[in-house]
Amino acid sequence: MAQKLDTGQMQRYWSKTSRLMWTIFALWILFSFIAPLFAIQLNNVKFLGFPLGFYMAAQGSLIAFVVLCVWNAIAQNKIDEEFGVQED
Amino acid sequence: MADSKAAGGGFLGNLGKIYGGYAGGFIVFTLILAVLEQMGVPNKVIGYCFVILTIGVYAYIGILSRTMDLSEYYVAGRKVPALYNGMATGADWMSAASFISMAGGIYLGGFNALGYVLGWTGGYVLVGILLAPYLRKFGQFTVPDFLGTRYEGNGARLCGVVVLFCASFTYIVAQCFGIGIITSRFLGIPFEVAIFVGLLGILVCSMLGGMRAVTWTQVAQYIILIISYLVPVVWLSTKLYGVPIPELTYGQALDQIAQLETKLGVVKHFTGAFTDAKGQFSWVEFNNFWALVLCLMIGTASLPHILMRYFTTPSVREARNSVAWSIFFIFLLYFTAPAYAAFAKLEVYQNVIGQPIAQLPAWVQNWSQVGGLLTIKDANSDGILQLSEFIINQDIIVLSMPEIAGLPYVVSGLVAAGGLAAALSTADGLLLAIANALSHDVYYKMIDPKASTRRRLTVARVLLVGVAIIAAAVAGTRPSGIIQMVAWAFSLAAAGLFAPLVLGIWWKRTTKIGAISGMICGFGVCLFYLVMTRYAPDDFKAMFGTDLWWGIRNISSAVFGLPVAFVVTYLVSLMTPEPSKEMQAFVDSIRTPGGAVAAGA
Repeated sequence: MAQKLDTGQMQRYWSKTSRLMWTIFALWILFSFIAPLFAIQLNNVKFLGFPLGFYMAAQGSLIAFVVLCVWNAIAQNKIDEEFGVQED
Repeated sequence: MADSKAAGGGFLGNLGKIYGGYAGGFIVFTLILAVLEQMGVPNKVIGYCFVILTIGVYAYIGILSRTMDLSEYYVAGRKVPALYNGMATGADWMSAASFISMAGGIYLGGFNALGYVLGWTGGYVLVGILLAPYLRKFGQFTVPDFLGTRYEGNGARLCGVVVLFCASFTYIVAQCFGIGIITSRFLGIPFEVAIFVGLLGILVCSMLGGMRAVTWTQVAQYIILIISYLVPVVWLSTKLYGVPIPELTYGQALDQIAQLETKLGVVKHFTGAFTDAKGQFSWVEFNNFWALVLCLMIGTASLPHILMRYFTTPSVREARNSVAWSIFFIFLLYFTAPAYAAFAKLEVYQNVIGQPIAQLPAWVQNWSQVGGLLTIKDANSDGILQLSEFIINQDIIVLSMPEIAGLPYVVSGLVAAGGLAAALSTADGLLLAIANALSHDVYYKMIDPKASTRRRLTVARVLLVGVAIIAAAVAGTRPSGIIQMVAWAFSLAAAGLFAPLVLGIWWKRTTKIGAISGMICGFGVCLFYLVMTRYAPDDFKAMFGTDLWWGIRNISSAVFGLPVAFVVTYLVSLMTPEPSKEMQAFVDSIRTPGGAVAAGA
């Protein structure tokens, strides 16, 4: 049964949730913007037969996005259970 | 009626079996057509079979899922498991732009067009961490519903509806355009007629069953679109390199392309990052790349037809898991698209350029007839096709590649069926988003709050048909390329909706006036830039002394609208009184998955 949190618990719950959000948000920026910015330099490196800059924008960052979404689901579900606010 | 096959526990309990059997059936159907082709059945018949049979299946599901229940009509009864909602979101998401234009864009633009691949996947991270679970907890019918509740009243609701309408309508016109191209080519009828034939395919899925029908057809459409996208690429990968995993082998194709580029004297290299037409590094390309990535990603997290898919899961937890499934299913297509582009480029360089024009195969003829999308002009009259004499539109690369590469025609039919599935499924989602906002938010919430269920559903259906017909009529005028129209839709949604949605959940201090001003200013700036640079470039230049601000193309207009929306919302919120205690309790209550949603104001 989901409990109603008091103010202190709610704050702790939300700061944990926010911390997870910001961590994933930072990694999202890394793979969306920072990595492609260095595409020209990375293109001089070969990876699996691909120029690395091209590879990152075409595949590497995409894999990272999938991982981030899965991680978010698992980690947030855990936080919910820790505070007993998951659904019945 | 409510007990039709698509509703009972029997259906929901056997989803795996039903859709597994369906996918198997589709594969068998394709194999039978392949055999028939070898036995000499004409291409035209094969094209007809694919187009008509798949639309028939969608229509069948659509009719089975008819409903007179509001919750079924608006949110599929909130019974869609995470995995299947992920597939439905995949089909809802991947439109004519992803399926038939994106690889073509990469074919023409090389690395610079990978902004689309990045932009159309990464946004799901934002959907997952910032929005989907909280909107699901809120648990109403539409995205403007959330704005109307969080920002207390019809002002914010109406702003939401306006943005939703502008973005989704632009988007749906692009889909009708794509449907027109495919039906025109594969049924051999004129483009303007083909659009309206395709329209029937859209309406039959959504009109009777609303979200419920759209959900279960979208799952079916996802299965067809992913199979048909992967088959030609896997086939070519096997043919060229003996390994059926194109994502691993097209590195070699990139090498070969680079060699052929040197031979053919192409200065703009396929893998070259941020290069202009001369192959030099260009700041304009560089800025446009990240601007586009940003707009597409934020747009992902703002487009109502996507967000409302997460209203249909049984719980918040399922909504969150569903985001992960969604991006996985979407990823399967997106990380294959560059391979599709690379193989197409290689085939064209190797087997089309340098051939005697008189001997070009039949596909050239067939495609030249579809509205000027392929032009071959012997400029120097030597009878040999030069690179500069071969002009192919990005919207037909994917559809024509199987023929260019000499694969059996059945693969072309398969790809057409996939493209159609992609365009129809997205068109349905968009149509529903628009019609629901008009019928639920405008008609029910603002005009006639006492309307009976029956009346609300009738209004919803009439609006659905009306919007569909207008969209098809606009598409008939060929306003622009598919991918461009779609990118505009993303910018419009991003500038108008992202700030009020995200701040509404993550910043309690956001006030009604703040959010409304932010939406109006952000959306206004974005729309101004888009419309002026597109339709009145001379006036724009006279006003600002430049064609484009910092060279940013108007497909990324939200780059200017977004910061304005956030800054205005922030400042105005601080200048207006803090939201009430009740509203803050409401925000707290949507932040936690369990428990009831507080009443708000």
